[in-house]
Amino acid sequence: ILCLRSPRNPEQKIIKRVIALEGDIIKTIGYKKKYVKVPHGHIWVEGDHHGHSFDSNAFGPVSLGLLHARATHILWPPQRWQKLQPMLPPERKPLQREEE
Amino acid sequence: MLLSVLGKTFRFLGYTVQYGCIAHCAFEYLGGIVVCSGPSMEPTIQNSDIVFSENLSRHFYSIRKGDIVIVKSPNDPKSNICKRVIGLEGDKVCTSNPSDFLKSHSYVPKGHVWLEGDNLRNSTDSRCYGPVPYGLIRGRICLKIWPLNDFGFLRASPNGHRFLDD
Repeated sequence: ILCLRSPRNPEQKIIKRVIALEGDIIKTIGYKKKYVKVPHGHIWVEGDHHGHSFDSNAFGPVSLGLLHARATHILWPPQRWQKLQPMLPPERKPLQREEE
Repeated sequence: MLLSVLGKTFRFLGYTVQYGCIAHCAFEYLGGIVVCSGPSMEPTIQNSDIVFSENLSRHFYSIRKGDIVIVKSPNDPKSNICKRVIGLEGDKVCTSNPSDFLKSHSYVPKGHVWLEGDNLRNSTDSRCYGPVPYGLIRGRICLKIWPLNDFGFLRASPNGHRFLDD
């Protein structure tokens, strides 16, 4: 889960999950192209709530230069204190991973 | 004897850390010296010129059309590129080559800028990889330092025809 500068509004930071890295081909939800190959130097991010998320399905793959930080823990409110696990939902796995 | 050596070492380390923090803040928020390489900004900036870039404009969002900026490369986040801003968000830019008969135009999307090198024939810029998000801009070049016979503020764009005014 990463914190990055929004490509639409540079003053805003958005927090999303990384779904695919460069070279992967994924199936998109509501994007202008059905299948997208993530270009070099870019990543595909999505929010966990697919219907109501302003993520790569709206603005496409984001350049790695916009990355700001990685979210590791929730600190507040105290009843939601937890370590954030890097977990990829199985239905969002990339279709084809490029072998290095 | 040993204690005084340790004391001096710790004080030296303390000063180094302090100066390192100040230097980091200065480079991040104020500006720094940059060595440019490549032919894409000729004749304004030649290969291995040294320029001074300031980072205040990007934090105050006062980058203007015609500024020369240092930008993190969209395809390679570890390298920087140096280009001129031709269009800000909402501006109309010409995406076709000058040699094309039919000109195609498009509007720069929100939160992005359109970059072009001054050496249009030998420059990979927004005509190649599209509009660049504003968040990738690192600084604005304000002064050329080296070579000394060309010291001073940078010239205006030799490609004035690329700026489309509404």
